[in-house]
Amino acid sequence: MSRVGRRFLLAGTLATAGLSLTGLRVLPALADQSGSPAQRIVSVGGTLTEIAFALGAGDRIVGADTTSSWPPEVEDVEKVGYMRRLSAEGVLSLKPDLIMLDDDAGPATAIDQLRAAGVRLAIAPEGTGLGSVVPKIRFVGETLGQASEAEALASRFEEQMDVLQSQLEAIDARPRVLLLISVGRGAPLAAGSDTAAEAIIDLARGRNAIVGLTGYKPLSAEAAVAAAPDVLLLPQHVAESAGGADAVLQRPDLAITPAGRNGRVVVMDSLKLLGFGLRTPEAVAELARALHPEHAAGIAL
Amino acid sequence: MTMATAASVAPRNGMLRAGLPIVAFAVLAIGFALAGLAFGPVRLELTQILAALSGEADPSTQAIVTQIRAPRILLGVAVGAGLALSGVALQGILRNPLADPGLIGVTGGAALGAVLVIVLGAAVLSSLPEGLRPYLLPFAAFCGALAVTAFIFGFARQSGTTSVTTLILAGVAVNAISGAAIGALVYISDDQQLRDLTFWSMGGLGQANWTSGFIATLCILFAGAGLLQMARALDLFQLGERAAYHSGVDVERAKLKAAGWSALAVGAGTAVAGPIGFIGLVAPHLARLSVGPSHKLVAPAAALIGVALVLAADLAVRTAVPPAEPPIGLATSLIGGPFFLWLLLRYLRRSTPHA
Repeated sequence: MSRVGRRFLLAGTLATAGLSLTGLRVLPALADQSGSPAQRIVSVGGTLTEIAFALGAGDRIVGADTTSSWPPEVEDVEKVGYMRRLSAEGVLSLKPDLIMLDDDAGPATAIDQLRAAGVRLAIAPEGTGLGSVVPKIRFVGETLGQASEAEALASRFEEQMDVLQSQLEAIDARPRVLLLISVGRGAPLAAGSDTAAEAIIDLARGRNAIVGLTGYKPLSAEAAVAAAPDVLLLPQHVAESAGGADAVLQRPDLAITPAGRNGRVVVMDSLKLLGFGLRTPEAVAELARALHPEHAAGIAL
Repeated sequence: MTMATAASVAPRNGMLRAGLPIVAFAVLAIGFALAGLAFGPVRLELTQILAALSGEADPSTQAIVTQIRAPRILLGVAVGAGLALSGVALQGILRNPLADPGLIGVTGGAALGAVLVIVLGAAVLSSLPEGLRPYLLPFAAFCGALAVTAFIFGFARQSGTTSVTTLILAGVAVNAISGAAIGALVYISDDQQLRDLTFWSMGGLGQANWTSGFIATLCILFAGAGLLQMARALDLFQLGERAAYHSGVDVERAKLKAAGWSALAVGAGTAVAGPIGFIGLVAPHLARLSVGPSHKLVAPAAALIGVALVLAADLAVRTAVPPAEPPIGLATSLIGGPFFLWLLLRYLRRSTPHA
């Protein structure tokens, strides 16, 4: 095991120990109602929920939106619907004492109604992508009254990203990566610029094979050939619904690309890959190892 | 007995027979309105609701009753009545049992306006003062509905008369065009916008607050009053346009009024609640089945049925899978679709002579 890996493990153990101590500390505070930390939290926004669980506040979360799907324990939490289509009364029926919201949660009417009902609302700082993760960690920490634990989580996140960057800096080759977000009967949907997919590909020292398209767009057979991807990248759910990664690679439009000829396809957990959050360093490392197999030994958190 | 008394007695009997279903529909509509106030994902006792109505409940209960449930019911009443009355007027004027506000492009125009704001509105939104921003989307939807209706009627009006066939065909064409424009906007939208417009297109009363509820209600009150006055003209239209004309109906004016009031009612409703399908189609048919063909009775009956259906559908989506809330369009189409098939089947059975 590498030195970094060991350090990560150690930090993890310490963090867990710290969290269980916090849990104990919170209990007596229950008696004191004034200014006590929230006990019934509704969390709206996948990253916020993930962070809250990582801070050990999972047992205080009574509701989450449908974008909250990690960690697996979220499954047991009541779902309040899609984050931009909240039902105010639905949220209130969970009797929350704190509602933690992503800045683009909505609709505005529902937010106003929740405010009118007198529940404490905490709205996360604006932003998406890599740069938004640390501010969100700090925000959740402050909101839940666990600022110091959040600080530890944030510095661990930054440290992991730094470690990865220094490991990946040395790699010059930047393979062309094609990410397909859906593969059906018609043209597959490919990730262009300004997407989370392109951001994570860049971080892993790859290069988006699609140039000149913004967002997720249908890719014609000729455009797929012209993009000449070296590697095909598929989120797990896409590979599964298309009958396996190899089935996708054998599509006539992909089979004649370098990726198809060399059989290079990478399948990764959809949320870890595309949702920027605490698992992003893990995702970057996993993707970088797959893109640069010759350097794989040197890439670790 | 003279002819005159016989003639005056018969309709009075008819009115009495038809009055009963109307009272029943009114009771149903009021019942669903009260149920909408009483039931929801949050369980409230009757005493709590009464306390909230008199302003003496805790802030949370107060907000649920007066800020969430009550404006929703107001909007539901307005939208249900507006859609149903538009359906009555359009089916009557066009003499087409399939006519509903969607057919002549009113809903499509509203959808185009809304989708434009969702996808391209960011630039306009940021230049608007904070307080006005939430109203840009309903305003655009409303303008879209009005613009499309005005265009279709202008298009179908050649040398002083409006051809009903041209009107319907132009509506179909404009629907296709606005559908394509929406498709193009969907193509350039990002993931979040795509989600927003998918949910918008399925409708919902969740956006209701007192301001939007009052604005929509006011528009629909005006339009509804205008449409209710058209009952006699609509009756005569059933004899054919020419017969209506000879009975003294200004047919061009009647068509224009039906279109204008429908656009106002549907535009205002769709602007706040999104496109809600099937109410405009089903409510008039149900009304005719129960009170007969006279529009003097069909119009109020359809309005009450529309209100009852929208409030019932809203109650269903609010309490089906709490704390989440599916779009109301799912419920209305789920009720409306099978119901319409049943209606068709009945019609077919009736018109096929028994062997």
